[in-house]
Amino acid sequence: MIDHADEIAIRIRGLRSQFGRQVIHENLDLDVRRGEVLGVVGGSGTGKSVLLRTIVGLNRPRAGSIEVLGQNVRGVKSRQFAKLEARWGVLFQDGALFSSLTVDENIQVPLKQHTNLSKVMLEEISELKVSMAGLPPDAGHKYPSQLSGGMRKRAGLARALALDPDIVFLDEPTAGLDPIGAAAFDQLILQLQKSLGFTVFMVTHDLDSLHTICDRIAVLADKRVEVVGSMNDMLQSDHPWIREYFHGARGRAAHG
Amino acid sequence: MADRGWFEKSGGEDGLILAAHGAWDVGNVGDLDAGLRRLAIPASGRVSISLEQLERLDTAGAWIIYRTVRDWSASGIAVDVNGASEVQQALLDTVAKADKDWEPDHGDGTGFLQMVAQVGQSTEEIARESVALLGFFGQIVTTLAGLAVRPWRIRLIPLVYHMEQVGLNALPIVGLISFLIGVVMAFQGASQLVRFGAEVFVVNLVAVSILRELGILLTAIVVAGRSGSAFTAQIGSMKVNEEVDAMKTVGLDPMEVLVVPRILALVLTLPLLAFFADVMGLLGGGLMSWVVLGISPGAFIERLNDSVGMWSFWVGIIKAPVFGFLIGMVGCYEGLQVVGSAESVGRRTTRSVVEAIFLVIVVDAAFSIFFQFIGI
Repeated sequence: MIDHADEIAIRIRGLRSQFGRQVIHENLDLDVRRGEVLGVVGGSGTGKSVLLRTIVGLNRPRAGSIEVLGQNVRGVKSRQFAKLEARWGVLFQDGALFSSLTVDENIQVPLKQHTNLSKVMLEEISELKVSMAGLPPDAGHKYPSQLSGGMRKRAGLARALALDPDIVFLDEPTAGLDPIGAAAFDQLILQLQKSLGFTVFMVTHDLDSLHTICDRIAVLADKRVEVVGSMNDMLQSDHPWIREYFHGARGRAAHG
Repeated sequence: MADRGWFEKSGGEDGLILAAHGAWDVGNVGDLDAGLRRLAIPASGRVSISLEQLERLDTAGAWIIYRTVRDWSASGIAVDVNGASEVQQALLDTVAKADKDWEPDHGDGTGFLQMVAQVGQSTEEIARESVALLGFFGQIVTTLAGLAVRPWRIRLIPLVYHMEQVGLNALPIVGLISFLIGVVMAFQGASQLVRFGAEVFVVNLVAVSILRELGILLTAIVVAGRSGSAFTAQIGSMKVNEEVDAMKTVGLDPMEVLVVPRILALVLTLPLLAFFADVMGLLGGGLMSWVVLGISPGAFIERLNDSVGMWSFWVGIIKAPVFGFLIGMVGCYEGLQVVGSAESVGRRTTRSVVEAIFLVIVVDAAFSIFFQFIGI
């Protein structure tokens, strides 16, 4: 379903992001391969979420190039950008569901925006996504305020997957969930990723998530991507922050 | 990558063969689904779907293949799907696993029944809200009674702050509106009364209507829109932010900290605002009488003295603290009713203004009847 002709899904070169005088990223390079699950970690304020927002076009970088699925995101025409937007889905931290719409209607928003399906088809697809996200069928008719935090995340994931995107961006998908809920959400992402084959760009703090579902991990430090590699590479790294992060008490608990 | 998805029919009476081509994805499923639904099934009742040449399949495409197979099988047609790649098969399995019995959308019957049900629900909600508001009234009264015994617990700084917000800062808008209403009353009154040669009664008309009703009513409506809504929005966003809960955990009573200063501020400042509105209204009326009818300011004041008693003034002012209490109560109540999201703050704010104005006018009517009854 995905042609692997071009193996790189996201290619970032020389990225510089800046708010006022505060430089967040400086000369940042990163490659995300097709079909992989990449976890992005870093201390608070290292610009993990900013990086995600910059890739999907919510923040404008000062310099550098971002190529997503072979297309340069910067300076692209708005119509082409809309086409690109249909090929990625974003899950924001608390789901960012539209509060005036039911879960079903939330999932139908991107479908309506990018296709012209009949009402019946829209409903069938939204119900399908609700079920695939592991929500009970009656959740589709509920409003976001009637759902628990974990269910809102699942609904947000269902919306992110509405168009069967090639890339899914997840911003701290397990933050605020209990360990059991977080583990279940990890499994859900892993299982959907396996069967649908999308690429995952995941900002996270959850060592268990990094361990269970990430193929590679990118560490943000000193305004750039310090190291990219597997969990083993991380454990063997002698960068002080990475050692602290993966060998601290929590890190040891996660990889046993 | 293919942009189009289609299928080719072959085979004869003994079995239909469908070969899927191109992209069966979310952009094409609408047409594909319609095409599949239009298909004539041969008498033999055998169909086979081949995915061998399919270039692209996503969940939406897998869904219509799965659903078509499911529905055909249910109506006794033998269907088989072949040639699916490993990835495609995984996708078909995922979709099949996700297919549970959907709840039917709305089992509430016809449009008319739904309407009746909605009327019932709204009525029930209004009744429940009224009872809750009455309960809140009781809570305020007990809190106020407690504070009357321990007056040092009244929070003076917030009280003064809110008095400035709702009173002092409202002076320009209240004054302007009253002045203009005075002008309009005098102008319209004059154009009617002049036909009877009774233009001098314009003074009575302006004085009685401004002092008794319009001065305080307009003030109350402006304050409900300005301050009642602000109370709801302030307390509501504190609710969303869990500040109200945090307050409770450190032993602060939201009634004492949030509600009482706001209500007291309104009770104390609304009479003053109403007085200011009376003055500005009479000023507007007097000015217009002078300009249009040539009634000099001196004559206006003399006429004013003769025509309205002190009670006309007091009737207006007496109502002010009551209206202030109502506006403050509704504003704070709706603010505390906010749950969950920012959207709820917006909805409650609208309700707060509508309810406050409604209550003010209802109570004004009751006052009117009461004053008529006791003859002032």
